[in-house]
Amino acid sequence: MKKWSSLLSTVWLGISTHKLRSFLTMLGIVIGVGAVIILMSIGKGTTAQILANIESMGSDLITIRPGASFGFGGVRGGGGSTQTLTIDDAEAIAEDVSYISAVVPSYSSNLQLVVGSENTNASVTGTTPDYLEVNNLDVASGSFFTEYDYQRGAKVVVLGSSVKETLFGDDNPIGQQMRMGGNIVRVAGVLEGNESMMGGSDDAIFIPLTAMQQMVAQPRTAQGERVISSISLTVSDETQADYVVEEITTLLRSRHRLGSLDDDDFSITSMQEIAAAISETAGTMTLLLGAIAAISLLVGGIGVMNIMLVSVLERTREIGIRKALGAREHDIWIQFLIEAAFLTLAGGIIGVIIGWLVAYFLNSMGLMTTVVTADIVILAVSVSVGIGLFFGFYPAWNASRLNPIEALRSE
Amino acid sequence: MINLQDISKVYPIGKRELEVLKGINLNIDKGELVAIMGPSGSGKTTLLNLLGCLDKPTSGKYYLEGREVSRLKGGELANIRGQKIGFIFQTFNLLSRLTALANVELGMTYAGGIDRKRALEALAKVGLSERVKHRPVELSGGEQQRVAIARALVKNPSLFLADEPTGQLDSHSGEEIISILTSLHAEQGITVLLVTHDANIASHCQRIIHLKDGEITAG
Repeated sequence: MKKWSSLLSTVWLGISTHKLRSFLTMLGIVIGVGAVIILMSIGKGTTAQILANIESMGSDLITIRPGASFGFGGVRGGGGSTQTLTIDDAEAIAEDVSYISAVVPSYSSNLQLVVGSENTNASVTGTTPDYLEVNNLDVASGSFFTEYDYQRGAKVVVLGSSVKETLFGDDNPIGQQMRMGGNIVRVAGVLEGNESMMGGSDDAIFIPLTAMQQMVAQPRTAQGERVISSISLTVSDETQADYVVEEITTLLRSRHRLGSLDDDDFSITSMQEIAAAISETAGTMTLLLGAIAAISLLVGGIGVMNIMLVSVLERTREIGIRKALGAREHDIWIQFLIEAAFLTLAGGIIGVIIGWLVAYFLNSMGLMTTVVTADIVILAVSVSVGIGLFFGFYPAWNASRLNPIEALRSE
Repeated sequence: MINLQDISKVYPIGKRELEVLKGINLNIDKGELVAIMGPSGSGKTTLLNLLGCLDKPTSGKYYLEGREVSRLKGGELANIRGQKIGFIFQTFNLLSRLTALANVELGMTYAGGIDRKRALEALAKVGLSERVKHRPVELSGGEQQRVAIARALVKNPSLFLADEPTGQLDSHSGEEIISILTSLHAEQGITVLLVTHDANIASHCQRIIHLKDGEITAG
């Protein structure tokens, strides 16, 4: 105990009597650790935000689109270009596949919209009332169309928030009429804005599929079945998502009469899959950011070594005196090693505080989503102490090996 | 106390070898006050460094208090320095950032641990009770050397080794230092070896060893 307190006071003496040098040594580590904290927190924050967006869209959602899958791009590709998915497919899925709570077919087409003098083109989606719930959307005002509207093919529409803004500005559109293609439709509701990456609902207009079929000539397949643009469905038991995807694949392949060598003429995307792919990508990005920051930490470590070497040189006489007074090599070695570790630990802690403050600032200013987790902090601090020990090792060893007679003679 | 048998020390200088000490045989009893005199380059300081376990002889045997220390490893030599030997240097060798008290405490750091009470007692013995908080730059040369003596004294060493302790002091301060050393010797029976040029200072000692060209010529 006594030994430790005298060691610590020795170390403190070395640090406190060379304040500028100690500060500069720490600065490299402060910047390095701060950079690690900031970049990692940005990486983690972005990942968390993307995943939260996906979660908000419903992690139990599965979407089927016509056309072969192109990996991740397949989510957006293929819309309408290939015509292989039909309403009958949707009905067959609803009947034959278990663990499904709702199946929603939709057919999209670009139509011209006119309200007063406002004139625009928008993607109009004909679908069923379940679309709202399956896609986790919320109504801001009015209501979504009902089962009754669907049954009788009522020409009522629900607007995405951007479309409403374009056509009606600040006016209340509920109950108002507008021209859509060659028809007059009545606005029943407006959807809540949806900021998520794959939302798309802000620019869309929804109408009962039955009404859509009266307004546009829906293409048919060679077998005479009506083509649709996508089928979305929710899984009642999320753990069965893979099984459901498999069942649907088998069902659609047999319905589309695909041979064993043919590729799928449809693509199935589950939100779980997307979430997994995105977290993996984002995890890689976070690591990459951390690696970049780690380089500055490494440079800081080399700075520590540099300054410790200078410090040993400058304190040669002190080392000689200590040795004459009975210090063993090991005592000198420990003294300088602890000094390096102490400086880098202090630098690490200050770096964490600064990094944390910057991350907090970025977050509260709404510039970026940042998340500082305990593991980043622990990692950054322990790495900085490790750097002190690693880069302090050689200078400390140098100091301990000094010949006391020569050291005492130095100026 | 000290027994040197045929001690020699050779330094390689380039490709040649310089024999600084040539077969020294010497006995010093416990409680002696000994001056080592000789011209520059006679090997006085080398001898003192060997006696102080700062260096090892090239050949020969050195017994300190009956134990052969000439073959000990660095760590054990450091322990002997810490526990048995008090150095006093010509240039004082105090740490300039530390107060007188802290410098004295430094003498205990590697010899069992700091004990403030004993450090203050040691400073009192050399007459510096009023100066404990002063740093070396605030002290006169004589006072600095007294701090150095207190630093050596504080761990109760069996051997004091002083290398030209008055070399940088005026004659008055020099007399003071010598009187402190002689009274410590008289009161506490500490064995004292001091290297000096000054015959007047050597005259205070019971025994004078003359060294020339690495050999003892008298004493």
